[in-house]
This record gives sequence, structure tokens and C-alpha cells, in this order.
Amino acid sequence: MSVEAPNRALGDAGPTRPMESSATWPRADRVGLGLAWAAGMLLCVVAGAIVLYMLFRGLQYLSFELLVTRPEVANDQSRSGGFLDPIIGTLMLTVLGTIIAAPLGVAAAVWLSEYGRPSWLARLVESGIEVVAGTPSIVLAIFGLLIFSQPLFAFLSFTAEGNAVFGRSFLAAGAMISLIALPFVVGATREALNAIPSHVREASYALGKTKAATIRRVLLPAVRPGIGTGTALGMGRIAGDTAIPIALLGATLQLQAVDGPLGTLRGTGGTLTTYVYGNSPAGEGNAPEKAYAAAFVLLLVVVLLNFGVDLISRRRQVTSWTR
Amino acid sequence: MDPLTPPHAAPLPPPIRRIAVDRSPTTVAAPAAATNGHGHGQPSGIVGGGRHAQRAGRAGVERMRLEDLSISYGRKLAVNRVSLPVRQGEVLALIGPSGCGKTTLLRSLNRLIELTPTASREGRIMLDDQDVDRMEVTHLRRRVTMVFQQPNPFPMSIFDNIAYGLREQGSSRPRREELEPQVIDALERAGLYGEVSENLDHPALRLSGGQQQRLCIARALAVRPEVLLLDEPASALDPRSTARIEDLLVKLRDEVAIVIVTHNLQQAFRIADHVAFMYLGELEEYAPTDQMFGAPRTQRSRDYVSGAFG
Amino acid sequence: MLGALACLVLLLIGTMVAMVLYTAWPSFRSNGLAWFGAGAPNQGQLDDIFNSPANPAAYQYELRAWPMIWGTLLTTAGAVAAALTISLLSAIFIVEFAPPRIKRVIEPVVRLLAAVPSVVYGLVGVLVLVPFVGNLLVSERRKAEVQYVVQLTGDSLLVAVLILTFMITPIMVAIMVDALRAVPRSWMEGSAALGVNRWRTIWKIGVRAARPAIVAGVVLATARAIGEAIMLAMVSGSWFAPNPLDGFTFLVEPTRPLAASIVFYLEGRTVPPLGQTLAAIAAVLLISSLFLSLAGWAAKQPLKRYGIV
Repeated sequence: MSVEAPNRALGDAGPTRPMESSATWPRADRVGLGLAWAAGMLLCVVAGAIVLYMLFRGLQYLSFELLVTRPEVANDQSRSGGFLDPIIGTLMLTVLGTIIAAPLGVAAAVWLSEYGRPSWLARLVESGIEVVAGTPSIVLAIFGLLIFSQPLFAFLSFTAEGNAVFGRSFLAAGAMISLIALPFVVGATREALNAIPSHVREASYALGKTKAATIRRVLLPAVRPGIGTGTALGMGRIAGDTAIPIALLGATLQLQAVDGPLGTLRGTGGTLTTYVYGNSPAGEGNAPEKAYAAAFVLLLVVVLLNFGVDLISRRRQVTSWTR
Repeated sequence: MDPLTPPHAAPLPPPIRRIAVDRSPTTVAAPAAATNGHGHGQPSGIVGGGRHAQRAGRAGVERMRLEDLSISYGRKLAVNRVSLPVRQGEVLALIGPSGCGKTTLLRSLNRLIELTPTASREGRIMLDDQDVDRMEVTHLRRRVTMVFQQPNPFPMSIFDNIAYGLREQGSSRPRREELEPQVIDALERAGLYGEVSENLDHPALRLSGGQQQRLCIARALAVRPEVLLLDEPASALDPRSTARIEDLLVKLRDEVAIVIVTHNLQQAFRIADHVAFMYLGELEEYAPTDQMFGAPRTQRSRDYVSGAFG
Repeated sequence: MLGALACLVLLLIGTMVAMVLYTAWPSFRSNGLAWFGAGAPNQGQLDDIFNSPANPAAYQYELRAWPMIWGTLLTTAGAVAAALTISLLSAIFIVEFAPPRIKRVIEPVVRLLAAVPSVVYGLVGVLVLVPFVGNLLVSERRKAEVQYVVQLTGDSLLVAVLILTFMITPIMVAIMVDALRAVPRSWMEGSAALGVNRWRTIWKIGVRAARPAIVAGVVLATARAIGEAIMLAMVSGSWFAPNPLDGFTFLVEPTRPLAASIVFYLEGRTVPPLGQTLAAIAAVLLISSLFLSLAGWAAKQPLKRYGIV
């Protein structure tokens, strides 16, 4: 029934109807349309080029051995090992950041959407979260260095002779990096909460449930996909951030545990991002092959996380309230 | 004014009116608000209170013709083989219960239906004996403009709203001074100028609902259309604004052919010269207003105008 | 309880601003407003600060940060201007003109571009674009001509702006697409019903109604561009203030913006005066992003009059 001509986004209006054709438009409008097409195509081409190039390089240099051997400091590239430690570092940092950001973010979102009183405070918190979202991660990193070097936070990292607090550890980096994910969790959760029609809440109250019970039993289960979306987006951001791990994790090649409980968490390490940076011509290592391989793994992780977001949001459409 | 209007439309002898009130007083009672006195000072008609004396009293020039028009959304048929004339100098009202396809029909007249991705259409629509499908769609829509159910002024000033259709027509951008006469004229024709002449630069969304709708009518008139389509233009308005808009339409029918969708039978009775009754996508009956309300031909129209269903 | 938790965010921001400013104070106090001015090369100054004597009274603080500020301004302005054009056009394309088949491809593509970590952009930049610019775009003759002033290696403003543009475009596209989709259908139909073509309709009504979102997108993207450190540290080169009067060479001159500079001296932050100087640079970035949020908020205010939220 429908014939799809390339320029028929408005849909087809029967077999023979000509759609609005740009041929009769004023020239300026036609130029605009052409530019819009060009811009759209440009985005596709750039993304395609980056992905294909990384795929090509990644497959060229990536080997299973790189994934499972620990990196070593060596001038000779054949002996500098793989990037097992950075992979573990990325995993640990992402998990740490997420377990801090997710509960905090959900709590903040529930408070903002369901309580939000006094309203000036709510507005303030709201803009506060916006400020956090707008703060560059290098600034967060500097702030992290300042605050975690305070004696108060000595337990998070190791203390050098003369009681100088090092301020660099997985715990410190995880705490700071959670701030990157926080706005995503808050945003997605709030959006999901606001999408729940008020009659759902009213129905719950009508059954005699308290507000707290309504939130716990009705609203939170309903916004789980929203929380999932926000968390996955935030995880992608954490895994992709470089500035905070460089500043707060030490960007060492290997994980270096500290004596005492939670030694690894209190110790320093590196992530895939710092590994890529270190092995790029800009860093100290300068081993482009390994940087490409690690960047490919990193890209894979991030794309998979994004894919997860897609899956979650598609499922959310099915369970939406309106149908 | 319009070259296609006959210079002198000779009035035919008024048709014999049936006393509709006898049959179904509730459906066609004259509104009390009709006499809140402005401009169009017709005494309320004795027979059911039509606001204009010479209903259907002129030989309308046929401007548009629908031939075997069918429209479907996906598999669902919304309009089924409808044929209708649209004449200048008269108001054509499309009535019928909800979901009978009247809005769909109206939106197809200027091919606005094509904005709905799933809609498809068969049959022909002629404007002055030219198939609308062969016309450039922006030209068609300038000749056949539309006013919607909800007032939809653009988020700009009153002046810019009216000037919008004029400005965005061609490649050159006329200056404000050049547009001003046309804007004022459009506002005057829509009976809004007196109220807004002082604040043409105020945001249009600050106007009241009734003013907004008249602004939309003025906006549609500003591009000098030949046919004006209205989709339940008064359903979101209070009785007073409704009355003003009805007055306006009766006045405008000499300049432009008017097609109005309404589910308000009284309104159709008050302002229409011809009425088309649609039922489940079919054109059940097309007749002069008095005949439709006085002596409908089919049983279903009779039931509908008497309020047996709807 | 929840409220207290939410207020934690405020406490955190307060602490952050206070702490960064407090630490930065000696640097600002010692330099005064000249901190923002032009002067000696930043590299030498920062090295001097790093090599300060251990005696607190003899700490070096002298810094004329203009080359870095200029670098940030150039990269940000260039990238935001380019990204605004590209993203507005592609948002219009996606919402109004893209055939369904292309639309199905382009939306994930935009999200993908937004998700690529900056270090990956930087890697591609430094390994592909920088050699390209350095070897093919700049002639040996030109390099020789200016070699006593600046080394043209390919680490350049051009590469920095190019990559930054594609890093921030997806942010803007996502926001603008959402906003254009949210424009009331009745406005678009009302415009179409007046015989206005689709391009004018989306341009005059859609884009107009979406202005607050466009502002929001620009603000977010600017914040991202100002704060981008790693990628710029990888591709933008050494401290230099590119001079627009140099013609084409201007584009291939290196520059080192504020955020990237922090990365290079991070390891030296344990030297107190350098740590304080880095905090001062961070404070400038922090204050700029605060002002950006404020500016974004203020820019939306006059539009409320016309019923655009």
C-alpha cells in the first residue's frame, strides 16, 4: 500500500499522492534542507569512521593474552604485558561509583518528586545537581585531591611518613567519580517518577497505604527501569572518565594494595582510560598498539552499557501506564 | 472582492421553512445569548432563531467538490466514498456523532491529513475544477486555510502571528510597514482589531480563549484564502465567545466559502446554509439547513437531529 | 531523612567551592588581576612555581594565565559555534526530514558518539589527525619559517576544535531533538495549514519554540568544552597563544587550555605553591561553569513572556 520515497518522513498519503516537494520552495529553504541532510549524514559518517577505525585497530592489535596478563613497566613493548589490571581497575571503580551514586541519586529524586518541601530548598537541590552535572571532571578531581588529603579522610588511602595523607585510592576516586553518575541517576529516576500518573498514587492512598509505603511498594518498583537507565548511563560515564582516575587513582600500571583491611580499595591503581592515556604519544608509555587495543575494549564496554540502556527503555515502553 | 464571486448574486426566493421547533424543540432552540448585540443586528428568527435572514438564499458558486472521497488510517476506514460540493457564499456544516469522520474529511480538504503518517486517501478533491493533488501543497493550503478546535496562536506577538503566513510565503521578507495594513485588515475582518489595536506587540498567548480563536481566524484570513475550514472552532469556548465567532462566520461567508465541523446541532442550525450529516464515515444526508432540521430524509438523520443518539 | 540526604548535595557543592577557592587564594592574592593577563610563557612560570624553594616565605606564585585562558576561549568558542550549527541542522533533519530508515540508524549513532570516552577521541586525534595535519596540511617551508617562534607539529587548535566539536555535538543534538519533538503539534499544524512549507515551519515555529532547550544545550556543551581536559591535553600541543593574524597558520598553531594544563602538572601538586596554582586554575573553571548555569537560566527568562517555558 505504501511507497516509500526517500523524502517522505510525513508518511505516505496513498499510492499516488505527491508529498510536499521541496522543488517549489524558495532557494534559501532548499539550501537549508540540503544543509540539514548534510549535517545528518556528517554525523553518521563521523561515527561510522570512528567505530570502524577502532574496530580495525582493535582487531589488529587485541589478543586474548593482553586481556589476561598484568602490565609491566618495560621499555621493550614485547615485555610490557597486557592490561588485566586496568580492566579490573575499571570494573572496581565503576562498581564503587555506582553503589554510591545509585542510592543517593534515587533518594534525591524521590525526595524532589514526591516531597520537595520546602520548595525553595527543592529548587536549590535541583540546581545543585545541575551544578554538579556541569562541573568539569578535572575540577572534581582537584577537589577530590584537596579533600581526601585531609587527615580526616586518612582511612581512605595510605599515609606516608610524616603523616602526609596520600589522598589517592580506589575509595577516594570512587567517591568522587560517583558525582559524575549522580545527575544521570537523578534525572532518569525523576523522569520516570513524573511519568507515573497521579491516579496511581491516589489509588494507593485510597487503599490506606502511607506515603512511605506507596513509595516503597508502588512507585519504586514502577520506576525500576528508569533507575536502570540512569545507572547504566552513569556507569558508561564513569568507565569513560579519565581525569578523576589520573588524579585520584594514581594512574599506576598495576593495582597496588595497601596493608590492612580493604587493602586493594585503599590502594592505587589504573583504569582502561588511564592506560590508554599513558600509552598514547601524550603519555609516558607511548605504545600505540596497546593503547588501541585497550581503547577498543573500553569502547566495547561503553557501547554495551549503552545497548543495555536501549534494552531497558524498550522494555519500559511495554509496561507504560498509558496502554 | 474575489474574482470568482459573481458580481451580483441574485437572491432566490426564500425557501419555505418548516417549523423545526415542532419536532424537536430541545435540539434547535435558539440560544438566548445570540442577542448580546454587536454588529450583526439580525432579529432572532421566528423559526428556530437562525441568526441570518437569507439562509441559503444565494446561488452559491461551487468552489470545491469532493468525489468519492475515502480516507483510511491503516486498515481502518474513516471516510467512505463521500461526495460533496463546497460553495462560496454559504456556510457548510459537517455534523455527526464523534468518530464519524467529519474532522478527517475536513483535514483532507487542504491535504493536512497527509501530516498523519498512517492516513491514506482515495477519490478526488477538486478546487475550482483542479485536482488538489496536482497543486503545490503550500499553494493549496494558502487558498484553503484551516482553524483548529483548540486555539493555537504561535508563541509570538499578536502582530507576528497574523503576519506569519504573509511573511513566510516567498523568499523575500516584507518589512513591517508593508505588512501592517494587511495585518490590521485581517484583525478587523475577524472583529478583533478593536480589542487589540493598542497592544499588537503583546504575546498572543496572553489573550483570552475566545480572542485567541478569533486571532487564529484572523491569521487564517490574512493569507486571503478562498475556503476557510473550521474544526469545531467554538467547542473550547464560552457561550459569549461562541456567539461572536458565529456572527463572524456568517459575515465572512460572502468572501470565503466556509466549511465548519461541529457536534453542536444548534450551532449548525444557527449558522449553516447547508448541512452534511455523517455517520460512521458515510455521508448520510446532505441538505439545506432547514430541510435537514425540518424534514430529514433518512430515519437516521431524523433520529440524530432530534437527539435520539449522538 | 530523604531531604537531609538531598541536602548532602548542597553541602558538597558548598564545600567544593569553598575549598577550591580557599586553596587557590594565595595564587590569586600574589598575582592580583595580572593572573588573568598576558606575560611570560606559562611553561616557564609553572616550572618556576614547581621549583619553588621549600621555605613558604619564598614560594613562587607568578603566573600570567592569559595564554591558557585564550586557549580555552578559542577551543570552546570554535567548537560550540561549529557544534551549534551542525546539531541544530541535524536535529531538524532527524525530527522532520529523515526517512524512517535513516532515522533508525542516526539516533543510535548520536548516542554512540555521546558515549565514546574522551580518551578514545583523544587517541584517534593524536594518532590520526595530528600526523595528518602535521605532515600534510602544514608545509615544511612554513614550519621552517616559524620554527624559532613555535613548532608546528600538528598538535593544533584545528585538531582540538574539530574533535571537541564532535564530542559536544551529540549532547546538543539529543537535547534539541527532544525539544523539537515536544513542540506542540498544534503549532506545527497551524503553520502548515497557512500554506507555510515544512522547512519554514520547523525553522520558524519549531526552532523558535525550542529556543530554551537550545540555550540549555549550548550551556551544557560549553561547560563540557571548557572542562574537557584529557582529550585537549592529548591533541592541542604546548603552551602558545595562537594569533588570528597569522592567517591559516593560526589554525595549526598549538595551544594549551586551562583544563589541559592541570593534567600536565598534576604530579607536581604536592609542591604547595603549584598545588595552589592548580587549584586557582580549577577555581576559574569552576566559577565559569557556575556562571554558565546562571547564564543559561537567565537566558530563558525573557522567553517566558511568550509562553515558551
